[in-house]
Amino acid sequence: MLTLDTVTSVVDGETHLADISLTLESGSLNILLGPTLAGKTSLMRLMAGLDAPTSGRVLVDDRDVTGVPVRDRAVAMVYQQFINYPTLSVYENIASPLRVARRPKAEIDRKVREAAALLRLEDMLDRTPQALSGGQQQRTALARALVKDASLVLLDEPLANLDYKLREDLRAELPRLFAASGSILVYATTEPAEALLLGGHTATLHQGRVTQFGPTLDVYRRPATLLTAQTFSDPPLNVLPVTKRGPAVTAADGTAVPLGDRMTGLGDGGYTLGFRPHELSLRPPATTAGVLSAPGVVAVTEITGSESYVHAQALGQRWVALDPGIHAVSPGQTVTLYLDARRCLVFGPDDRLVAEPPTLAAA
Amino acid sequence: MMTRITRPAPPGPTDTAREGQDQGRARPKRRTRGGGLPVKPLVLTLYLVFLLLPIYWLLGMSLKTNDEILSTFSLWPIDLTFANYAVILSDPAWYMGYVNSTLYVVMNTIISVAVALPAAYAFSRYRFLGDKHLFFWLLTNRMAPPAVFALPFFQLYSSIGLFDTHIAVALAHCLFNVPLAVWILEGFMSGVPREIDETAYIDGYSFPRFFARIFMPLIAPGIGVAAFFCFMFSWVELLLARTLTSVDAKPIAATMTRTVSASGLDWGVLAAAGILTIVPGALVIYFVRNYIAKGFALGRV
Repeated sequence: MLTLDTVTSVVDGETHLADISLTLESGSLNILLGPTLAGKTSLMRLMAGLDAPTSGRVLVDDRDVTGVPVRDRAVAMVYQQFINYPTLSVYENIASPLRVARRPKAEIDRKVREAAALLRLEDMLDRTPQALSGGQQQRTALARALVKDASLVLLDEPLANLDYKLREDLRAELPRLFAASGSILVYATTEPAEALLLGGHTATLHQGRVTQFGPTLDVYRRPATLLTAQTFSDPPLNVLPVTKRGPAVTAADGTAVPLGDRMTGLGDGGYTLGFRPHELSLRPPATTAGVLSAPGVVAVTEITGSESYVHAQALGQRWVALDPGIHAVSPGQTVTLYLDARRCLVFGPDDRLVAEPPTLAAA
Repeated sequence: MMTRITRPAPPGPTDTAREGQDQGRARPKRRTRGGGLPVKPLVLTLYLVFLLLPIYWLLGMSLKTNDEILSTFSLWPIDLTFANYAVILSDPAWYMGYVNSTLYVVMNTIISVAVALPAAYAFSRYRFLGDKHLFFWLLTNRMAPPAVFALPFFQLYSSIGLFDTHIAVALAHCLFNVPLAVWILEGFMSGVPREIDETAYIDGYSFPRFFARIFMPLIAPGIGVAAFFCFMFSWVELLLARTLTSVDAKPIAATMTRTVSASGLDWGVLAAAGILTIVPGALVIYFVRNYIAKGFALGRV
């Protein structure tokens, strides 16, 4: 179990991490999700012991390890760049932590070959890392982290520099690889989709603060704040500022938003609706009850594989709608956007979640 | 010829036809000229000849007798002799010069690189108060001519009994070589990602073990180039080496400049000594030839 107790890190007068408290259970998969410069790497370096926090404590199994140097901790780390020892063979690269720990030769050999087999590196053991492809280099780094049997394994965007096919393969394997060891796995990523694919727990980071920590799906479905929802949404979360007056909820231009009884019991005032691109459609739904339809002017259409993201200006906001299939909607075209208002997140004036979608199964 | 020129040329199509013919003829001509006269190899050969001429002349002289050197002009030794080399290799006054030079050069190279390695690592990996100024200040030591330091070194070494010892010259040369080695090594070290250091610490390496087993092999070319530059500077430096020695640690270069005797100048022996002085440098440069350009750029390519 790894505990961060009100950890703060200030470098050159700049706050990199502010007041972070987290508890990561043994054998759990934890994802640090946040944009670049959110503090993911800084947080990992603190967990590893590569950097010391300015204030706060780091505890491993209730033992204070704040000042313990990294080499005395049971930690393994894999970087975004493919970091291996260029002068050593792949075999020696993987064996390195075991050699330092002076394990018996037979055990080293067995473990290295096991890890190499798991990561499909058996035929590469005699080569040097430079003679390998990027994917193989990163797998070598992962194998080195694997043989160490560390209680804390830190993966800092390990797949970011790989091409997408390799990324998909390795992403599926990664949690399985480390699951057997019972170690705490921490995985940093900038991609919300990656967090959802990996599951486990997610901590969303924004400007050096952990905005929310919990089971990944919970964080995704019930973001506590607008900020978390925005961090956990790619393409960006669509928002619509609305005003509640009595039972009527209207957008800035007076369009009535059919929220039904979603906001019953909340006081009058300004609220923000948040909804993800797949909740916004270009096709009229079967029933019109509770559906907000708004005209929009298309700005850009992004076509990815089998879906199209249509960026449109509607109700004074820039929205992104997901349109299944490949449809070239040309910029400047006027479309009607359909939003199932019952499914959006409602944030209060302080940007805290005040009403979540009622039926999670439908979401 | 004359008649042709005075006669006015017929105008019109004939003219253009002739022009066309000329062009047609000229083109293959030009091609043969380009192929027949190898301009590039010629320039290169001339360049090499001019470059190597002094060395060739030295080699020629070293294989001639004094009589031949002084009396006749010969492009190669007519009366080939190895007597000059025999003199150097048999007379302690001569060969001890090489021994002394080699001794203090090797001492200096080892000391310089050994001192520069940790310093360069600190400059490359850590930030501390005034690090950039200190780093630059190191190089300014190279900007002063050695003559400036000759007097203080002479007085200092005389008073502490280091005068005329090998270590005296080796230490004096460190003043110039350590900064150079630090700059070269820092360049090579900064080319190694910091994450490799961290990965080693995470793996459990202690600093000395990481440095010896992981880091030094990584910057081996840099160490080679730094050692080469130290060797070269120390080997060719004459002023400090001569000032700080008299008999016991007298370098070969000093021996060579003190050979004017009552019997005149021994040209052949002097030339042989010159050739033998070139050899070690040529040998050392062979081993670092692939990295020398990066070394001249202080490791920053």
